[in-house]
Amino acid sequence: MNAAAEFCLRLGDSDLVLSQRLGEWCGHGPVLEEDLALTNVALDLLGQARLWLTLAGDLEAEAGGQHRTEDDLAFLRDAGQFRNLLLVEQPNGDYAQTMTRQYLFDAWHLPLLNALAAGGPERIAAIAAKAQKEAAYHLRRSRDWVVRLGDGTPESHRRMQTALDGLWPFTGEMFAADAVDNAVVPLTDLQTPWREEVSATLAVATLEIPASAWMQKGGKQGVHSEKLGHLLAEMQFLQRAYPGAQW
Amino acid sequence: MLFEVFIRSQHGVAHKHVGSLHAPDAALALDNARDVYTRRNEGTSIWVVPSSAITAGSPDDKQPLFEPAQSKIYRHPGFFPVPPEVKNL
Amino acid sequence: MESATVGFDQRIAAGVKIEPRDEMPEAYRKTLIRQISQHAHSEIVGQLPEGNWISRAPTLQRKAILLAKVQDEAGHGLYLYCAAETLGVARSELVADLLSGKAKYSSIFNYPTLSWADIGAIGWLVDGAAILNQIPLCRCSYGPYARAMVRICKEESFHQRQGFDILLKLCRGTTAQKDMAQDALNRWWWPSLMMFGPPDEQSSHSAQSMAWKIKLISNDGLRQKFIDQTVPQADFLGLRVPDDHLRWNEETGHYEYGPINWEEFQQVIRGNGPCNRDRLETRRRAHQQGAWVREALDAHAQKQTARG
Repeated sequence: MNAAAEFCLRLGDSDLVLSQRLGEWCGHGPVLEEDLALTNVALDLLGQARLWLTLAGDLEAEAGGQHRTEDDLAFLRDAGQFRNLLLVEQPNGDYAQTMTRQYLFDAWHLPLLNALAAGGPERIAAIAAKAQKEAAYHLRRSRDWVVRLGDGTPESHRRMQTALDGLWPFTGEMFAADAVDNAVVPLTDLQTPWREEVSATLAVATLEIPASAWMQKGGKQGVHSEKLGHLLAEMQFLQRAYPGAQW
Repeated sequence: MLFEVFIRSQHGVAHKHVGSLHAPDAALALDNARDVYTRRNEGTSIWVVPSSAITAGSPDDKQPLFEPAQSKIYRHPGFFPVPPEVKNL
Repeated sequence: MESATVGFDQRIAAGVKIEPRDEMPEAYRKTLIRQISQHAHSEIVGQLPEGNWISRAPTLQRKAILLAKVQDEAGHGLYLYCAAETLGVARSELVADLLSGKAKYSSIFNYPTLSWADIGAIGWLVDGAAILNQIPLCRCSYGPYARAMVRICKEESFHQRQGFDILLKLCRGTTAQKDMAQDALNRWWWPSLMMFGPPDEQSSHSAQSMAWKIKLISNDGLRQKFIDQTVPQADFLGLRVPDDHLRWNEETGHYEYGPINWEEFQQVIRGNGPCNRDRLETRRRAHQQGAWVREALDAHAQKQTARG
């Protein structure tokens, strides 16, 4: 297995699945300004996904495998072949869930991209460098929303705490490094800073970190929740129904 | 709250009024202004001002500023090649 | 009072822009609010038929393009609500009128998007029609509306091209794809013609709006222009316009076209189109489900102010 290609798939798939989730809000946001802002995040992540998937396809081909394009990878793999984090395939739920999921992801994503841009293999570093600025903006945005909703009304606070309780078990996977991760970047080094960032924000947001330490995992190895199958069925429908067609 | 948005482009000389938007406070207004009026162009300077804070004199000519989205090239009509036989597109 | 109205009419005739703090007849203000807000509502509701295909776009590039387009529509709605607000009405009032069913929006968005080709047809036909309507409005008499229209028009030409591009790809593709494109044209052609509104002799608001330079070209005039420019585009695509009466008239230099089913138009305006209920219900749900979020934003902002 080509570690670099696999690593790119993991990042690309997480970006793609999260973008797909965010796109579901288009036209349904709580405020018109948010329909614009959240769609910007979706577009950024989709752009990044395309870069990662394209690179993954190229790396596979260079290692002697068949060449797959970004679309081949996005539309023709089944759920078991997707390498995204479990966190990003969780449903949108209400805005509290969407923003919490986003924040937990962004707080991991930016430092990871920074580390890759600074010390990763050349082509990976190049993509990370492009994605950094966008990720920095995303983090600022989602952090702000966590605080606004966490320290808003009693109802928004309750919804945020529920969201946090539900999504927390998916955060461990972000730092559970295996051979693929280790070949590219020291993932576990990112955990302490992430924990500090998140603790600080949640404190300001008057939210409590869930007590349970049990973490779900498997996404990076292709063992997903039931959610991903439905997401992919919808996303991939046209290419599956009209095999080989150009769009 | 209603905020008025002023933008100075990277090569511009002064901030120009581009429109308005709603936000609960200035911080979110600033972020929203980026997303609404610049589609995240780099190097633009944005001012947001509560509309209530503006005192206007005689009707002045406020020009809009156009910021083509540099990073999303498909936003440009030119991204789609139009066959020369096709008119009015 | 009399001389103020004459003065206002003279300013309009001289092509002077009316700005928010200027004196204006109440009827002018009311008509503008109605027209601008209707346009804004159309953009907002217009996100829904296209948003319906974001999750199913057939390639990542098409998905990105569609996301950007729908986002633009939200932006257009926003510019227009803000333009309407300069006339002394709050966005919340306008939204309430939309959700209660009191306010109108463009009839076209009450039709369903049943295939990917529909997304192409909407860009090509619906945005094409919108552009014809909107370009003259860039010269309308009310400053904030004219300026919003200039910004919107700049963004809109990408919308039409991406729609045409989608159909071009389909028409050059498999038989199934070509059929998909033809089917979409069959369903979207007549509703697009209806977008320009009833025939001139039946249009109630037209005369005064034209005198005030809020409406610059007649319904029938725009409709003819649309048909004349679009039929050759359909020919290029290799698609058949679903009108047995369509015929180029060499003498007039225009296409003749068949009768429009104005009964269908009236029914759709009245709320009986295929998607009216769904569209409003979706917007209502979004608004209701978002209430706690808006309240939280206000509460937090107030807390921050209190904390100094």
